[in-house]
Amino acid sequence: MSAFAAVVERYEERDSPLHRADARAKVPAAFVYILAITATREGDWGVLALLALPVFAGALVSRLGVWFVVRRTFLALPFVMAAVPLIFTRDGATVFTLPLVGWTASDEGIVAVATILARSWIAVGVAALLVSTTTIVEILRALRAFRVPRLLVATIFFAYRYFFVIGEEALRMLRARDSRSAAVPGHRAGGSLRWRAQVAGHMVGSLFVRSLERSERVFAAMQSRGYQGEPRFLDHPAFPSMHGVAAAAVVAYGVAVQLGARLA
Amino acid sequence: MTAGLRDDAASAAAEVSPALAVTDLRFAYPDGTPSLRGLSLDVAAGEKVALIGPNGAGKSTLLLNLNGILRAQSGSVRVFGETLTEDSLRSVRAQVGLLFSNPDDQLFSPTVMDDVAYGPLHMGLPREEVIARSEEALSSVGMLEFADRPPHRLSLGQKKRVAIATVLSMGTPILALDEPTANLDPMSRRDLIGLLDRLPLTILVATHDLAMVADLAPRSVLLDGGQVVADRATREVLNDAALLGAHGLEPPSAHGHPHA
Repeated sequence: MSAFAAVVERYEERDSPLHRADARAKVPAAFVYILAITATREGDWGVLALLALPVFAGALVSRLGVWFVVRRTFLALPFVMAAVPLIFTRDGATVFTLPLVGWTASDEGIVAVATILARSWIAVGVAALLVSTTTIVEILRALRAFRVPRLLVATIFFAYRYFFVIGEEALRMLRARDSRSAAVPGHRAGGSLRWRAQVAGHMVGSLFVRSLERSERVFAAMQSRGYQGEPRFLDHPAFPSMHGVAAAAVVAYGVAVQLGARLA
Repeated sequence: MTAGLRDDAASAAAEVSPALAVTDLRFAYPDGTPSLRGLSLDVAAGEKVALIGPNGAGKSTLLLNLNGILRAQSGSVRVFGETLTEDSLRSVRAQVGLLFSNPDDQLFSPTVMDDVAYGPLHMGLPREEVIARSEEALSSVGMLEFADRPPHRLSLGQKKRVAIATVLSMGTPILALDEPTANLDPMSRRDLIGLLDRLPLTILVATHDLAMVADLAPRSVLLDGGQVVADRATREVLNDAALLGAHGLEPPSAHGHPHA
């Protein structure tokens, strides 16, 4: 378990006010704050800076450190890259032309892409802070408290739970393959690329078949223990109202920054 | 009391290069849990050795270190005199075949034949030799008639046999097995022990099945806490109820006969 869990587990145990805060305050605050970030207009750098401030503060208060949170935001970079072609498709004054292909980059395109990158980056920072300071069970409890459909909550839970199990299974298969990947003198080892690709494809296929079979066993075991589709929690702690006030303050700050920028 | 077999084995091993020489191996998992704490062990060619000990003693970790699936932080593994390094990984894996405890981890191809052929194909052997080796391996475990079956349509006992064939087809002189008899019915278990007994290979078997140890391995190595606690003739170890009890084991005669 340990080797794989260390890679996947996102929660980071620390003793901080942000860790102790109730998930029913943190989850909606993070959600609305991300919405506030996405409302930023193109090229509004001041607003982006003001909205990034609480994320920095949160990274410090959580005792995770700014660098820790920044590192986790890199996870989202590949998805954000999808916005880059906008540099060439947006109309505007030509800034430079790509040699060979002859695509022209416009000033407006560059501003648009930079805004998208900054907005996404700050939003992912908020999400990284949330999942690093809140256990999955607490996040699910909060989602149920806000009446997110139980099927969706159950799906998120099982995706998380069995990601570990299936990941471990894949790891063991890879080990078994590696341990039979040998070389003897006088022969070129490794086989053709096509053959290796075939083997990898079959491994993915058997992992899928086994996961499907496992899901049937798991479901049978759950039903035999009376599962009806609702995650059960041992206790339902009271919601500390001060946590709600703090969450509302963070959200109000984000909304105020956006409103201020539009009224000024 | 510790005399006998170990000394004989050691002197025999000194003449030829030992099949396996593990020296002061230290290994900790990435989360910091130490698993092997300075473990040393020599196995002579042709020996059949049992690795016994409680859960978490380091048996499986040791097996995974023998062909470099896991790499120890310090200490060395030598296979027929060749030290295991990044460069020798592939050639060591042609010497040490590893049988995983769950055959489902080992079998990943669409048919039994494809799976048994994987090892020799990866070695780059000519097609005729791959087929000859695969068929020979399958018939030695009595599974040749199942060559075209997909692995998920086999019983556990059959999967175990096929998994052994996937290692036999590579022609490795050393076979390391992790819990080979786990979950097998008595008949399949008996067949498997008979098969392992007949194989003319150096065999290292990690197991809780002490009755199998008594049948199969003249020498037993007891591990606990990542170290060798005892390394003696199996007969002596299995008769030392105090030693077994101190390390979470029971003499085989105490197994399953509460009313005898």
